[in-house]
Amino acid sequence: MTEVLRHDVVIVGGGAAGLRAAIAAVEADPGISVALVSKVYPMRSHTVSAEGGAAAVARDDDSFEMHGYDTVKGSDFLGDQDVIQYFVEQAPPELTRLEHWGCPWSRNADGTVATRAFGGMTTKRTWYAADKVGFHMLHTLFQHSMRFDRIVRYDEQFVTKLLVEDGAVRGVAALDIRQGEVRAILGRAVILATGGAGKCFPFTTNGNIKTGDGMALAYREGVALKDMEFVQYHPTGLPGTGILITEATRGEGGRLFNARGERFLETKPEYGVGSKLELGPRDMISRAIFQEIRAGNGIQGTFGEYVHLDLTHLGRELLEKRLPFVLELARTYAGVDPVTQPIPIRPVVHYMMGGVDTDIDGATELAGLYAVGECAAHSMNGANRLGSNSLTECLVFGARAGRHAVGHAKDSGDGSEDPLRRQVEEEAARIDGLRGRAKGSEKLTQVRDEMTQAMESGCGVYREQASMRSATETLAQLRRRCADVALEDRSRVFNTEIVAALELVNMIDVAETVAVAALQRRESRGAHACSEFPGRNDREFLHHSLVYYEPAGPRFDKKDVALGRWEPEERKY
Amino acid sequence: MSDVQKKTFVVTRFDPDRDQVPKTQSYEVPVEPDWKVLDALNFIKDHIDPTLSHRWSCRMAVCGSCGMLVNGEPKLTCKVALSSYGDTVEVAPLPNFPVIRDLVVELDGFMEKFEHVKPWIIRAKERAVEDGPMRQSPEELEEFKHFSMCINCMLCYAACPVVANEPEFLGPAAIALGHRYSLDSRDEGAGERNRIFRGEGTVFACSYANECSEVCPKNVDPAAAVNQAKLKAVIDWAAGLVLPRRAEE
Repeated sequence: MTEVLRHDVVIVGGGAAGLRAAIAAVEADPGISVALVSKVYPMRSHTVSAEGGAAAVARDDDSFEMHGYDTVKGSDFLGDQDVIQYFVEQAPPELTRLEHWGCPWSRNADGTVATRAFGGMTTKRTWYAADKVGFHMLHTLFQHSMRFDRIVRYDEQFVTKLLVEDGAVRGVAALDIRQGEVRAILGRAVILATGGAGKCFPFTTNGNIKTGDGMALAYREGVALKDMEFVQYHPTGLPGTGILITEATRGEGGRLFNARGERFLETKPEYGVGSKLELGPRDMISRAIFQEIRAGNGIQGTFGEYVHLDLTHLGRELLEKRLPFVLELARTYAGVDPVTQPIPIRPVVHYMMGGVDTDIDGATELAGLYAVGECAAHSMNGANRLGSNSLTECLVFGARAGRHAVGHAKDSGDGSEDPLRRQVEEEAARIDGLRGRAKGSEKLTQVRDEMTQAMESGCGVYREQASMRSATETLAQLRRRCADVALEDRSRVFNTEIVAALELVNMIDVAETVAVAALQRRESRGAHACSEFPGRNDREFLHHSLVYYEPAGPRFDKKDVALGRWEPEERKY
Repeated sequence: MSDVQKKTFVVTRFDPDRDQVPKTQSYEVPVEPDWKVLDALNFIKDHIDPTLSHRWSCRMAVCGSCGMLVNGEPKLTCKVALSSYGDTVEVAPLPNFPVIRDLVVELDGFMEKFEHVKPWIIRAKERAVEDGPMRQSPEELEEFKHFSMCINCMLCYAACPVVANEPEFLGPAAIALGHRYSLDSRDEGAGERNRIFRGEGTVFACSYANECSEVCPKNVDPAAAVNQAKLKAVIDWAAGLVLPRRAEE
């Protein structure tokens, strides 16, 4: 008999956005019951790996107008301006709440919260806790969430399907990774907060769990994925592993040099970062590094060519105080000591600007379904996200969606359980059939590797029509081959092979939307740099991309950008 | 790569669906010079035996998922270099925890201990958001900062001789976390936590072995936290005797 659990609001994902939504929900109504469902223990969520900081206006020389404009310009004018306005206004109270909950923000001598410079931001507005901001924010939120008995955790439960009945989402089917059972967790509202999909690419800062699960769940139920072509390459990842070296290194004064010892962002104005130099936006700096390497100015290493990030002039004291994690990471994973040696770095897939299409409340077109954090596109990041906006985004829109989900849950009835139970029984049967499915001629790791290769060659820093087209074709084939993957692990207990197989299907679905949307955008904007169409084309492409799931293959559509406050202009720094 | 070397990994396997007791299985793995222990486990999973179960995610020593026993010592497998081991490397699940499967251990008991220390800011009156952030000097931050660096990797529980004998012992990471909040200038909950720490199986059960601090991959020094928490719990209790107004019950 399938177990059916019932709550008011079901949240999928226990990172910053999911936890903030959960806390907001129980604060909005202490009587509400929240299920927090995560495929890992919440403190393992990938928020933990964010390093540099969270943006919110804090200083007298700053304003909402400036933060808003920086974000709109950073987005290459594809961010929705009403959403951005709300974001910048809510950012300071949200970071303040985190302060009240115990986040160990770094401090000025007078005890006020310290802020640092970040790429594309005109003044110091990035709050930080040394260089472990995601770690501290996640642990603060998780520990604070433990105060609330009405938040019920379901740890290590992998959501495989949204339960939809009569045009509304009614809960989720979740595979208990530890026991192997599939059960129904019902709720009158469901919030997806599963993060990004960096593992669609071979070289990424993302942890192993970032497989686009929430995006794929919504997509398969007919909800559009929006602006998926915009994949952010972080300029500074360690070669080989892709481990993130935070932008805060440059915020604190770090410099980039090529093999000739040339500070190329300064000597070559064509890179477009102007006087911002290393504090230019991520899309531009990643392209600059890529071009340096392509021009033969890279340094040859075991894992391909790279350039140098030099922090040696900052001094041991500052590095130990502000960037201790960078010291640990560079020493442990690159074998260099940043106090005396430059760090080898190269651009690496970091963040999906796109995600589940939502409005400003986080609501999707499917009644009762919300999305927040990296898995959503509200859209505040447009074509390129500014560093340190995303942690704050998780709080601002996590809180708003949490409150709205409560409102929706209260206004909706429970309906009948029987059709949902049947859906879960079918899902359980499907997963049972998959477990240890020995027949099949494909290898999971082989299909996964081919997918990541297709994404790198088709949807990398620079994109060409032919390679994007070939990526869409490869992905369509891989989707079919995926159904023929042989699985060897027959155990019901902690079967990570079946989780990986289900994640692979999610990644292929998400990857396909990236390639399809990229191919449609015949211009260059933000992180989407198309070789054949090097300029931005507002006349034809000042719109969001939407990709819908259809059994025959993805269907493309578009949607207006909310403008009105800041007029699109040439993006120059 | 040029100098490919092979190492033998002797991995503890246990599947409750079919095994009565754990067994070991050996795998020969071609290792790269820069690999960590986790890279070899992932190679086994991807290329030799997809039935091997282990937890991992960030591979940058911050998510805390991949703690295991490597050649008898608790290690964060994504942080420890393979080059520091010989030709044979033994990998087993962390001791002092029930094993779910292979290298995966049960954490629910820890999560309860964790919650037991009230790891959140306690204030008589909560501050309004409109009042802005509280002030905290860099010195006040320094008081608790390193105790806030715990990634919950569980190595300290695996190393603790008290946990080995008394599974109910609150343990190093949970005590350090509670103590971290009590030391925070924004918190007013030290009294509540001191009462918790005076309970059975908490700070006074610690035998000063210091093993927890030795294995900690983030230099949190939980042993120092436990010792400080002991002292505070005693002083708080003694103050209660002198000032009956503050005495408990």
